[in-house]
Amino acid sequence: MELGNDIQFGDLEQVLKDHALQLNEAIEEGNFKRAMQIIHELNLTRDQGLYHEVGKLTRGLHNAIVNFQIDNEGNEGAEGSQISDATDRLSYVVAMTEKAANRTMDLVEVCSPLAGGLVDEARQLRGEWGKLIRREVGPAEFRDLYKRIDAFLEKAEGDASQLSGNLNEILLAQDFQDLTGQVIKRVTGLVKDVEGSLVKLMVMASQVDRYTGLVHDASHILEEKKSSSKGEGPQIHADKREDVVSGQDDVDDLLSSLGF
Amino acid sequence: MKILIVDDFSTMRRIIKNLLRDLGFTNTQEADDGTTALPMLQSGSFDFLVTDWNMPGMTGIDLLRAVRADDKLKSLPVLMVTAEAKRDQIIEAAQAGVNGYVVKPFTAQVLKEKIDKIFERVNG
Repeated sequence: MELGNDIQFGDLEQVLKDHALQLNEAIEEGNFKRAMQIIHELNLTRDQGLYHEVGKLTRGLHNAIVNFQIDNEGNEGAEGSQISDATDRLSYVVAMTEKAANRTMDLVEVCSPLAGGLVDEARQLRGEWGKLIRREVGPAEFRDLYKRIDAFLEKAEGDASQLSGNLNEILLAQDFQDLTGQVIKRVTGLVKDVEGSLVKLMVMASQVDRYTGLVHDASHILEEKKSSSKGEGPQIHADKREDVVSGQDDVDDLLSSLGF
Repeated sequence: MKILIVDDFSTMRRIIKNLLRDLGFTNTQEADDGTTALPMLQSGSFDFLVTDWNMPGMTGIDLLRAVRADDKLKSLPVLMVTAEAKRDQIIEAAQAGVNGYVVKPFTAQVLKEKIDKIFERVNG
């Protein structure tokens, strides 16, 4: 039997069927030498197919590595692979967002007492001013109020302009969104490419599985997915999923249904 | 009122700390996961625990279980503030003995509401 290098599964199955029939005949005829020969041929078919598919898988892996420059050694060192570049980029996003959050909170912490001070002072002065309107203020108190109003106006001008300056800085601190957005888009593109390549590799690997007759047990992977203790992080499609709450109201309803 | 805030992100700890200060709770301490939080709880006299769920090291749900299993800590009120939003997880936390559950992103109002409710029940 002639076996081409490029046998297909249709061929493999045909070869298996033909040989099975021949093997059966040979055994019934008592021709064990012929039977062993057929088994040998079957093995040969299987092995050649297997080598062929493993070869394809290896080439696929090699291409994937070349495409994404995962192999650092062949990459002149300095630049690093696309994957480690993506990791660096994401770390940059984490650093940028953290910096912006801290900058914003620093400014808010500076602003809060300023605004609070203005509120307190204005409330007190309004009380005094009411007395003045009701003509309940003596000359000494009036002189005091006169000075306090002057001081308050000066303070209000200074503090309000600081507040306005800080608000502008808070605005500027949001510029990370543009930069991190660009970085994340590039990484998303890379992830899509890698996924595409992995799917191709998986298809190739499944051909190898067919030749070797391997069956993978996926149950432990599913099992791991099920365990909720580890946490999943934010839900991106909360509104489309039945098993996820869509907000605090949902949480409250669920807890009260449990007797909370 | 001494409060321990446990979250692996320093910015989230800071947000919670600021919100708590606005609510009049100024005595707060921070830990970045359950592993560092548990000894702090055991040695310090904390009155309230606010914890995230998803953290490296020891997660918030494991910290909650450890607290409930500890004779000295088992009645400590625990509020979970987390992005974990699966129904199974909320039920899991309730069964583990959580006192309140807030999903991120949350508002200052929601946090205040839950804290008030917890202390109402604890004191009542």
